[in-house]
Amino acid sequence: MSINETLAQGSNFMVYGSITAFTGAMAAFSISLAKGRRLESLEASASRNTAASHQLRMGSTVTLDKPAVSTSLSDEGDRGEGRRAGNIGMSLTWLGMILLGAGMVLRGLSAHRLPWGNMYEFSLAAGFAVSLAYCFLSLTRDLRWLGLFITIPVLLDLGLAITVLYTESAPLVPALNSYWLAIHVTAAIVCMGAFTVGAAMSALYLVAQHVEDRVAAGLEPGKLGGLASRVPSADRLDLMAYRIHAFMFPIWTFAVIAGAIWAEAAWGRYWGWDPKETWAFITWVIYAAYLHARATVGWRGRKAAFVALAGYGAIMFNYFIVNMYVNGLHSYSGLN
Amino acid sequence: MAWLRWLWRQLTSMRTALILLFLLALASIPGSLFPQRGTSPLKVSQYLRDHPTSGPILDRIHLFDVFASPWFAAIYLLLFISLTGCVLPRAFVHLKELRGLPPEAPRNLSRLPVHVQWETATDVSQTISSTQTQWKSKGWRVRVGEDWVSAEKGYSRESGNLLFHLALLVLLLAVGLGSGLGFRGTVIVREGSGFANNVTQYDTFTAGRLYSEAKMPPFSFALKDFRATYQRGGQQNGAARSFTADVDLKATPDSSPQARRVQVNEPLRTQGVTVYLVGHGYSPEFTIKDAKGNIVWQDAAVFLPQDGNFTSIGVVKVPDTVPQLGIQGFFLPTVTTDFSRGPKSTFPAAEDPAVYLSAWSGDLGLDSGLPQSVYRLDTTKMKRIGIEELKPGKSWTLPQGAGTLEFTGYKEWASFSITKDPGKGWALGSAISAIVGLSLSLLIPRRRVWLRMSALSGGGSLCEVAGLSKTEAPGLPAEIAKLALLVKNHAPEVSHVD
Ligand code: HEM
Repeated sequence: MSINETLAQGSNFMVYGSITAFTGAMAAFSISLAKGRRLESLEASASRNTAASHQLRMGSTVTLDKPAVSTSLSDEGDRGEGRRAGNIGMSLTWLGMILLGAGMVLRGLSAHRLPWGNMYEFSLAAGFAVSLAYCFLSLTRDLRWLGLFITIPVLLDLGLAITVLYTESAPLVPALNSYWLAIHVTAAIVCMGAFTVGAAMSALYLVAQHVEDRVAAGLEPGKLGGLASRVPSADRLDLMAYRIHAFMFPIWTFAVIAGAIWAEAAWGRYWGWDPKETWAFITWVIYAAYLHARATVGWRGRKAAFVALAGYGAIMFNYFIVNMYVNGLHSYSGLN
Repeated sequence: MAWLRWLWRQLTSMRTALILLFLLALASIPGSLFPQRGTSPLKVSQYLRDHPTSGPILDRIHLFDVFASPWFAAIYLLLFISLTGCVLPRAFVHLKELRGLPPEAPRNLSRLPVHVQWETATDVSQTISSTQTQWKSKGWRVRVGEDWVSAEKGYSRESGNLLFHLALLVLLLAVGLGSGLGFRGTVIVREGSGFANNVTQYDTFTAGRLYSEAKMPPFSFALKDFRATYQRGGQQNGAARSFTADVDLKATPDSSPQARRVQVNEPLRTQGVTVYLVGHGYSPEFTIKDAKGNIVWQDAAVFLPQDGNFTSIGVVKVPDTVPQLGIQGFFLPTVTTDFSRGPKSTFPAAEDPAVYLSAWSGDLGLDSGLPQSVYRLDTTKMKRIGIEELKPGKSWTLPQGAGTLEFTGYKEWASFSITKDPGKGWALGSAISAIVGLSLSLLIPRRRVWLRMSALSGGGSLCEVAGLSKTEAPGLPAEIAKLALLVKNHAPEVSHVD
C-alpha cells in the first residue's frame, strides 16, 4: 500500500503546532510557579512531618465530616497573575496534546497502520502519553504546579523526535506487522507516560523533603526553598508518586508479558534475554523494589524515591541507549 | 543445627529474596552489553579477535554466555529456594486465617486513625445484632461480643499477594524445566525440497538436558513456494514488507499432506512443535558438464545473503571430475554495472539477477577427513582458472577444457527455526496469575472496623465506631462513615441522655 503524502505532511504540521503549544505552556507554567504561592507554609509541613511518626503511634482522632487528609490543594490563597498563567499553561497543554494526537492519527492514516512503528513515532506517542496522563490526572485535582515538570520532558522528547529520530512515513517491516504491536506497544507507551509523571513527582518529593528537613532543623530553606514553597508538601508528593507507581506496576507487568507472548510468536521463544527484554526485566525489578521499599520501615521516603528514579533511569536507558547503540532483535528504531 | 536454622531463616526472608532478585537484574546487565554466544556467536569470535588480552578473561568468567553461566544459575536457584521458603509458610498461615474470625475489638477505640462517637438511648444487644447483619451484608467478615462488633475486609489483598508470589515460583519452574525438556533447531529449505523432523536434518540443533530424542515428533513438510515483497522508492527503498512460505505439511508419516502457510509472526504449530520463518535467500541453479558432456552436477546451491540487498555468496563443489572443480561466486538479485567496489546488488528482489563466478581447479580437500563448511571453498590446493559474469540461461565454457557451466535460473530458500518448549503454557498461565494477584494486592487494602458500646453513667450508651488499615487506604474514612451511618440509623443520636 502506498503512502498518502498529503496526510504525512499534515501530520508534520500538527506535530510542529503541538511543539509550539507546549512551548507556550512551559513559559506560562514557569511564570505561574514564579508568582504562585503555596497553601501550607513550609514550617507547617515540616512540623507536621516530624510529628508524623509520633501521630502514627498515638493515632489521631478525626471526625467524619472532616477527612483525615485533605485530598486536594485548594487555591484560595493563590489569586491573580500566578493563577492566570497556570490556567493558560493548562489550556495550552491540552491544546498541545490534542494537536499531537491529531498528528499521530494523520501519520497512521497516511501509512494505513498504527502510528507506532519506529522510534520517531514511538517518541510522539510517548509525548502524547505523558501529556495525556497529566491532563487526565488534572481533571480531578489541581496539578498546575506540576505543569513545568511535565512540559519540559515532553518538549525534550518531541525535539529529539523531529531532529534526530525523524523517519518518513512508511509501511511496517514484517516483524512489526502483528496485532501484538497494538497491545504490547500501547501498554508500554502508556506506562512510559505515567512513569514520567511519577518520576517528576518523586523528584519534586526529594526537593520538598530536603527543604522541609532544613526548616525543621531550624535552617534557612536554602536554594531549593523557592521551588519547594510552590509545590505540595513532601508527604503529599510521596503519596501521589506512590499511587501512580502502584497503579502502573501491574500494567507494566502486563506490557512485559504481552511482549513475551509476541516474542513467542515472532522469534520462537517467549524470553531470550535480548537486550531490550533484559532491560525491561531490570526496570520491572527496580519498580518492584520501590514498592517493597515503600512498605519497609527505614526505606520509605527518600531512599524509596531514589529507587523510583532509578527505575525511570532504566526505562530511559532501554529507550535511548539500547534502541540506538545495542544490537538486538528489536529493530524498530528505523535509524541506520 | 541452630546455625542451620539461622541460615534457613536468613535465606527465606523477604529481604534476601529481594536482594537475590536485584542480583539477578544486576547479573543480566553484562548479558545485554556483551555479545552472547547463544544469539550471536559470530560477534563473540569477532570480539575475542579484537580483544586478545581482555577477551579470554571475560570469557573465563562467562560474560559471553551470562544466561547459561554457573553464577547466574546459582542466583536463580537461591532465589527459587528463598521464594519457596518464604511463600509456602505464609500460604498456610493465610489459609488458616481465611477460615478464622477477626480479632476482638480493642478497648480504646478513640486512639485509632478514624473514629466517631455519639450517644444513644437504644438497647445495646439490639444494636449489636442489627449491626452484625448489616455489616455482614456489606461483605465484611464479622465477629461479635457482648458489647462490640469487630469486622474485617480485604483478605484478597493477602490472597492476591500469595497468588502473585506463588505464580512467580511456578514461572521460575516453567522457564527452567521448559528449556530443559525442549529443543531448538534451525534448517534451510529450498523451494521444491523438504524437511523431515530428525536430528540429522537440522543445520544447528540444541536440546535441553532432560530432552530425549525418542520423543521427536515425526512430522515433515515440503516448501512449495516462498515470496518476499519490498518497499520501492522513498527513504526506505528495499525494506522488506512481507515474507510468506507455503508448505505442504505431513503431521505424521502416514497422514496426507496439508497446505499450510508460515509467515513472520504466524508460525506453524504441529505436534507440540512450532515452526518459525526466520530468514530467506537465493539459491542459483547450475548444470555443470565435464569435457565429454556428462552432467557432473545439477542442483540449486544455497547462497548466503551478505547485505540488505541480498548480495549473496556461495560455492559449488564438484568432486567427481579429475582434477576436482570448485565454483565460488556471488549471486546478485539486481545486478549493477558498477563493479568498482566489487559485485553488489542494488535491490533485494530478483529483478535483474546475475551470478559472478570464479572457477577453481585442483584438490577440494574433501578427503582430509576434517569437516568442511558447505559455504566455503578451501583453495589451498587449487588454482583459479577463470572468472565470468552470467545472466540466467547463459552458459560458460570453462577454461582449460574443464567442461561447461550453465546458470539455468534460481530458486529461493527459507530458513526455519523449529522449537519445542513444554513449559510455555505453564509460563503463560503463571504470568497471567501474577498480574491478577499483583493487582489485587496493590489495589485492595486490608482494613478493620469496630463498634463498641459502653454504658454511660447517666443511662444510655456511648457508641464508638473506629477503623484502621495498615496500608494505603484512601477511601477508608468515607467507607467507615457509611458503616457508622448504618449503625446510627438503628441507634440514633440523642443529645442528652437523662
Ligand atoms: C519482583 C518481585 C516481587 C514483587 C513485585 C513483589 C511484590 C510484593 C507486593 C506488592 C507486596 C505487598 C506489599 C504491601 O503489602 O504493601 C509484597 C509483599 C511481600 N513480598 Fe513480595 N514481591 C516480589 C518478590 C518477593 C520475593 C522474591 C519474596 C520472598 C521470597 C517476597 C516476599 C514478600 C513478602 C513476605 C511480603 C509481605 C511483606 C509485608 O506484608 O510486609 N516478595 N510483595
